[in-house]
Parts: sequence; C-alpha cells; structure tokens
Amino acid sequence: MGKTLFDKVWDSHVVRKIEGGPDVFFIDRHFIHEVTSPVAFLGLKSRGLKVLYPERTFATADHNTPTINQHLPVEDPLSANQLKALEDNSKEYGISHWGLGHHKNGIVHVVGPENGITFPGATIVCGDSHTSTHGAFGAIAFGIGTSEVEMVLSTQCIMQPKPKKMRINVNGQLGKGVTPKDVALFIISKLTTSGATGYFVEYAGDVFENMTMEGRMTVCNLSIEMGARGGMIAPDETTFAYLKDKPLSLKGADWDKAVAHWKTLKTDADATFDKELTFSASEIEPMITYGTNPGMGIGISKNIPDANKVEGGIATYKKSLEYMGYDENDVMIGKKIDYVFLGSCTNGRIEDFRAFASIVKGRKKADHVTAWLVPGSHIVEDKIKEEGLLDILTESGFVLRQPGCSACLAMNDDKVPAGKYAVSTSNRNFEGRQGPGSRTLLASPLVAAAAAVTGVVTDPRELL
Amino acid sequence: MAYDKFTTLTSTAVPLPLENVDTDQIIPARFLKATAREGFGDNLFRDWRYNADHTPKENFVLNNPIYTGKILVGGKNFGSGSSREHAAWAVYDYGFRCVVSSFFADIFRNNCLNVGVLPVQVSPTFLEQIFEAVYADPNTQLEVDLPNQTITILATGGQETFEINSYKKDNMLNGFDDIDYLQNIKGEIESFADGLLL
Ligand code: SF4
Repeated sequence: MGKTLFDKVWDSHVVRKIEGGPDVFFIDRHFIHEVTSPVAFLGLKSRGLKVLYPERTFATADHNTPTINQHLPVEDPLSANQLKALEDNSKEYGISHWGLGHHKNGIVHVVGPENGITFPGATIVCGDSHTSTHGAFGAIAFGIGTSEVEMVLSTQCIMQPKPKKMRINVNGQLGKGVTPKDVALFIISKLTTSGATGYFVEYAGDVFENMTMEGRMTVCNLSIEMGARGGMIAPDETTFAYLKDKPLSLKGADWDKAVAHWKTLKTDADATFDKELTFSASEIEPMITYGTNPGMGIGISKNIPDANKVEGGIATYKKSLEYMGYDENDVMIGKKIDYVFLGSCTNGRIEDFRAFASIVKGRKKADHVTAWLVPGSHIVEDKIKEEGLLDILTESGFVLRQPGCSACLAMNDDKVPAGKYAVSTSNRNFEGRQGPGSRTLLASPLVAAAAAVTGVVTDPRELL
Repeated sequence: MAYDKFTTLTSTAVPLPLENVDTDQIIPARFLKATAREGFGDNLFRDWRYNADHTPKENFVLNNPIYTGKILVGGKNFGSGSSREHAAWAVYDYGFRCVVSSFFADIFRNNCLNVGVLPVQVSPTFLEQIFEAVYADPNTQLEVDLPNQTITILATGGQETFEINSYKKDNMLNGFDDIDYLQNIKGEIESFADGLLL
C-alpha cells in the first residue's frame, strides 16, 4: 500500500518503536524561545546533561519582548530575566541565539522559514503550539511542552505515538478578498476546535497548490486551532523557489541532491487516510470570529448563530457570547471595534502588510481605533520599508512597531484593555488572550485593515 | 523533573463542567514569566478565580470550600490551546493528580503525562454521572486505579475503564520520565543521526 506524505516523513525519523508505547522520534530542527526553555535548561543542569546537537537548535527572543524602544533595557524584570536566561543558556551550550536587537531577530515561526532553517521532509519542534507553521514546507512540525524541550536538547528525540492521518481538500477558485486566513478560519469553523484532535492533517487541492508559501504558512499555522497536532502541504516548485538561496539553505550540489529527494515527498495515489474532508473554495467568504474560541467563526456577512444550532453545550456557548457582549443572531457588520492588531506568526509577514496597505492606502485610520502593526521579524520590517509600504501606512495615520509576538499573547505591554474589542490577525480569541478581559475578533489582514479605517467591522470587499 | 508515583487515587473531586477549557484559562500568559518551576498553582485558573483586585470570585468552584480533592473533572475538549506545560504544572502544583474529561486536547494530555498528572478520558455519559454524583454529594469519592485502568464512583459503584499506553502507564507507576529512557539509548540515537543528510 502507498504511503502518505506524512508517513514518509514520520517513518524516516523513527529511531526505535516501543511495543505498546510511543515511537522514539528524531528531531531535525529545534527552535527555542525565552518563555518555555528556561525550565528545560534547569532540568538539564540538575541532571548534569549536555546538549547533544547544539547545531540543530536555534534560539530567538520573541514572546515577551517589547515592540517599541528595543534598544533600551527591557523594563519588566521578569521578562528581562527570561531573555537573559535564553542568552546565557544559548552561550553556555553553543546554540545560535538571535536575541533582541539582532538583525535576524523575530517571531520564531517567521525567522525559521525566512532564513532557510525550515526545509521539506524535516521534523521540527518548538515549545509553542504554532510550530505547525513549518508544515507549509512539507515538514512535520508541532508544538511540545517544556519536558520535551529538555528531551530534545539532551537527546534530539521525543517520544511520540504516531497520530492518525486526515486529508483536507479545498478545490476551486477563491473569491475576491478571500485570503488563506479565511480558508483556515472556515475549515476550523466546520471542524470545531477539537475536530482534528489526534490527527495530523495534509492540506491538498488546487487552493493550496496555488497559494504562496506565506499563505501556506498561515494555513498550517492554524492547524492546531482545530486540535490537530499539525498540518502539512506537499513541497513543490513554489516551495523550492522560496527556499533557494536563503541564508541557511543548502547550496550547490547539496541543494540539487536535496531537491531531488524533496520531490519524492508527496502522498502516493493509493495511500489512504483515516479521515478525508473536501470543501469548495466558492463556499468561503472573508471570515470573522464572534466568540471565545477560533471555531466560533462565520462569514463576515452572516449573523451570529442561534445557540440551538451550534454543536456542544449551550451553557458554554452562552457564556462565550456574554463575555463578548454579543447576542445570538447579531449581525457582525457594523459592530464597533477599538483595537486592530496586525502581526503574529499567523499574519505578520510581508504579504500580510501588503494586503493591509492595499486597503488603507489613500484612507485614514479611524480616530477611535488604536492600531498595533507589528512585523514578524526585522527582515519583514526591512521589506516594509524597502517596498514603500511604511510611507503608505504613515500617510494613513499608522505607526509601525518593532518585531515580536506582541498582542498575540500579550505577555509584553501590548495588552488590549478589559471590555475592548480588537480585530486581530493572530490565532487565538480565548478569554483574556490579548489582555485580561479583552475581546478578540480573529480575521485576515484585509478585514483588519477595513476595520482600522472604518472603526467598525466592515466587509473588505467593499473597499478593494 | 521527577514526580510522585501514581498507583491508586481515592479522592473527592472538583467539578468544572465547562467545555473547551483552554490553556489560557488554566494559566494566563502573563504568569509564564518564571524561570523556575515554582508557584504555578497559585495562578491556576487565575482570571476565573480572582477579580482584577485579587479578591476571590465567589462563584468559581475553586473558591467554594464544599468542593475539594485531588481530582479535577472538566467538560469536553479540556486543555485546548497552547503547548505551555505550565498549564499542567499549575494543575499539579495546585494539588490535582488526575484530570477527568470526556475529551482532552493532545498536547495538554501529553504534558500531563510528562509531569505526573493522570488524564482519564471517560465517555460523555459517565462524565455526566460523575458530575451528577458530585453535585448531589460533594463528599462523593472517586477511585482512580491505574494498574487496572478503572475509574469508579464509589457511592454508586458506577465504573469505567480508561486507556493509557503501556509505556506511559509504566512511567506513571514508577515515577519515571522519558528522559531516563532516552538517555539509555543514546548510542542508538547517535548512529541514527550519522545517517542523515541534513
Ligand atoms: S506570535 Fe503568538 S502564536 Fe506565534 S509564536 Fe508568538 S505567541 Fe506563539
């Protein structure tokens, strides 16, 4: 029987199978950041262990870094402490470290691909659930806990049972104003936040084949929000073109050899999946969430569903709407918003800034809206400037901040105040995710831009 | 990090009948700034448990002295969201050794097993029975028997078996973790790595 893309990559990384237990699974690339690694290093120290392959681990500071005045010392002592721990540990164990101020610094899932650390057929982990982003390259990439960070540091392996396999096909042509983010939010709204738990997803169909690498990253990034361990897309010419000549990509004959191998990384025609779903691109419109988990999303022109029409507990659903200050059957269009956040590893890349700029160009930011525009990395920030997007943004009344996770998880000062509404291009709308009491509406950069200039939830198709 | 062995646990339970309890509720991100694994229990369910001025919210179950015990019983899809192991630490540090639900998010389940909290997945019907029994009498004892993989409502005798792979089960029974295992096969890992192109 044929193998799936996932099987091919998984099976080639199993060091040992344990009877009645997980596989000992080898990790090619490991990313660490300041929040989930310090305790792992403490564990190493207390056991007297070394880092087995320091060249396979990459450190970047992103989760709690400030997004203004990065040249100044970090004010919050706890954050500063974590940043210092990352720096010291990296130095002590010989791990390359792109700390605050380093020209390659940025969000871990943005800097990995843009520097060519990510590659097809790789196994990639990080103590951050959106590690699934790297699946866009045909890699098996997923988030791990701190105990597992310690395992990878000391043995380059973790213990994992092989997940089940799901394929999600989306075919057809996406409509005007419909972006990869909308495709992902649409799929999650169909599957719910637990619909893919226990599965590893392969995305297939012409919608994904026609997507840029950045779009594919947005889709794979959000795999975790439907409960999947990760998501991946078969590597193709788009993938190879993106990676060629990246700073850490292979060169010359090694590159050719690798590409020849990467071309074999696709699902065989006779391979089977435990579950397969197919959607049509024409069903998808620009999406927005109205509740407190990413599965609570609807087409922007639709009304908030009736409690009786949703799956799962009515009490949980009502609690969620109450938190948001919304009612069943409310129309989303026209709802007042207070904050806009463009950024995160979901939508903090150059194409996202281009999309945002395409709408705000020639318009002005609504007076009552606070907008945080946070590039995913310095490389993205530089491109924004080079391409003249910064001028467009400034002209429209926006300020560009410095790279980091920022309001995606609000560990730094970028917190949305209690009760306020934020249209965010990030990935989670949980209660308090963007600051205690904050209310998050997840959407694409186009929807965020439309809200930023009108001050209310607006269909971006009207402004394109 | 080493944790206490788990064999059989008999305890009252704390009911939290909400679905999709995510890791940002279990431990909000702003409490992830520690560089040591200490004191996370104090911030377990922080924003459901305390008002902004740090006074306890009376209607939250952890602030209700009627419900105590080492077993937390949650609704479907418990632990969804981030990979932060701090969520499992907070559960353990607060004093829970077992979480019962009809469905767990993958990473959270894994993290629990790695830190010594036993995730017990039961059927939706049995979960309802547990909630009913605990609400009827907060002193209801549940017995979680890891060697036999059973969970029993002692008052009613209602029982279900639960799944756990034999490797993880052995670890929990002995208080071992995966690093102990991996250290022992390092030679095998190194020869595997030698054969890789990248
Ligand atoms: S941007 Fe958000 S999801 Fe992405 S790595 Fe940072 S905190 Fe995690």
